[in-house]
Amino acid sequence: MNRTPFIVRFLQATPKSGWISLAVFALLTLVIIPVLHLAVAEGSAFHVSSYVVTLVGKILCYAIVAVAMDLIWGYAGILSLGHGLFFALGGYAFGMYLMRQIGRDGSYKADLPDFMVFLDWKELPWYWTGSDSFIWAAVLVLVVPALVAFAFGFFAFRSRIKGVYFSIITQAMTFAAMLLFFRNETGFGGNNGFTDFKRILGHSITSPEMRVTLFGLSALMLMATLVLGRYIVTSKFGRVLAAIRDAESRVMFLGYNPLYYKLAIWTLSALLCGIAGALYVPQVGIINPGEMSTANSIEIAIWVAVGGRATLIGPVIGAAIVNLSKSFFTQAFPEYWLFFLGALFVVVTLWLPNGVVGLWQQMRQQMQQKRRAKA
Amino acid sequence: MSDSGHMLIPDEVDLSHNVILYLDQISVSFDGFKALNDLTLTIDAGELRCIIGPNGAGKTTMMDVITGKTRADKGKAFFGQTINLREMTEPEIAHAGIGRKFQKPTIFENLTVFENLELAMKMDKRARTSLFAWLDDAGRDKVLDVLRQIRLDGESERQAGLLSHGQKQWLEIGMLLMQDPKLLLLDEPVAGMTDDETARTGELFKSLAGKHSLVVVEHDMAFIEQLGGKVTVLHEGSVLAEGSLATVQNDQRVIEVYLGR
Repeated sequence: MNRTPFIVRFLQATPKSGWISLAVFALLTLVIIPVLHLAVAEGSAFHVSSYVVTLVGKILCYAIVAVAMDLIWGYAGILSLGHGLFFALGGYAFGMYLMRQIGRDGSYKADLPDFMVFLDWKELPWYWTGSDSFIWAAVLVLVVPALVAFAFGFFAFRSRIKGVYFSIITQAMTFAAMLLFFRNETGFGGNNGFTDFKRILGHSITSPEMRVTLFGLSALMLMATLVLGRYIVTSKFGRVLAAIRDAESRVMFLGYNPLYYKLAIWTLSALLCGIAGALYVPQVGIINPGEMSTANSIEIAIWVAVGGRATLIGPVIGAAIVNLSKSFFTQAFPEYWLFFLGALFVVVTLWLPNGVVGLWQQMRQQMQQKRRAKA
Repeated sequence: MSDSGHMLIPDEVDLSHNVILYLDQISVSFDGFKALNDLTLTIDAGELRCIIGPNGAGKTTMMDVITGKTRADKGKAFFGQTINLREMTEPEIAHAGIGRKFQKPTIFENLTVFENLELAMKMDKRARTSLFAWLDDAGRDKVLDVLRQIRLDGESERQAGLLSHGQKQWLEIGMLLMQDPKLLLLDEPVAGMTDDETARTGELFKSLAGKHSLVVVEHDMAFIEQLGGKVTVLHEGSVLAEGSLATVQNDQRVIEVYLGR
């Protein structure tokens, strides 16, 4: 039998045009921006400022979350309004390591993180064991969000909770987690969260080299997420997901158990969010329970809706559009940002059911029809 | 193989008594309404059985109980001699070899006709297998075969949601064929079909009987006549009469039920 090796099939799932776009993206994010930031003098017109690198780096992390969200919402029809939780859990898991890397350079010059000294704690809680190890932090980033998602998803999907009920429970889940993390006794810095980071692996976190490294890692992670996503949605697994979205009972009567399909994509989605959160926290320098607020999770859904559901590039575009306008609005007209966000959501829901990508496809079709009419 | 000491093959339907489906005193009630009331029915292996009955007689509920969608309150439901349907989930029952066509055609509207059939194909349907699955030539040939059988070979790449109502019915029947079940439950399979399509569907079902067992719920008497199998009349959740179409049509109780008393 002539079987194509799995790795070849995996890479072939992304079409040639996709690989070309990824190559251009890689050139931009891994070569051009780093060089313009590091090597070009600050006064030069070609210098990319640290503000821009951090802003774009943040958006790259958001884009990973948006693609992860689209995998379950766009492709499997499960709307989560609690994805901010998985993002925040990944951020907190890596944040613990960053807090330990501060060492004795905190305000209290103590071995314990400042907030613990402030609470008069004498030793680390048991769940901080090993948090000074980078490897352990990386393991937590991968395992904690995935495990929480798996446990939550198992019970929710097994009980066949669907549609808006599922969405509401995910909202409650992230809200409950936020309240828990707000408490000082939980041991994650209460409402201040973690901040004042100094180092990663002994290197200064504010150095331009570190900034470019984190930026590049975020870009690489986004590309990996897109390639993985493309394979999944074009595989038979992806077609079963689409089938579950369209007619779940038919899927069951064909002999598929939707539970494991939903659980797998749900857990993967949370895992990707966790990684994005871990890349995000060192770039912005802070993580607090506000990341688990319900509004944050709803915003993730808006990125996907704006960009275009059930496409992989759509969420990336949506995350970029919404967050670029956010950073513009919150500086120029800080009071009006939420109104703008609401208006954007209304406009997309009413006139752009398939988002910006859908609009683009529609325009291209109309152009082709006009051309055909002329010929 | 004698009846007293034959081998039990796991995952195989035991047809040693030549019966594929036993329903024994099955009752189901919804908020006090008895949808099925001590329903007892057996289907022989290879049989083509038609089920008729007025609205609310329990035909669809009966199919729901057999396929695991609705849990029976009491009674026995066995697939072959050994498989207890009351203890199984929908996917497990489908896997054991019972396929179902819904009253309203239920297909995957956003997938192509080809993909609809591919998903239905009899194979390992666990999530982790699907992630690495690869359609081989044998599988492709099987899909093409069924496409010809249901006369949709010209529509293979078309989005299934764009098919006509009759074509959707055929696609769903095609999905059943791909699934290759031992027992097919067909709920009003020719509703919305043209006379020509109905006649062809009848031919197809007759050719399937023997190798498969079929249970067809229908209102179309001409179609039932064409199928020519045994007819069971359901009324108020239990069997009212059973026999050839001519016998049940002349049965006094059946006439009363249909014409009102």
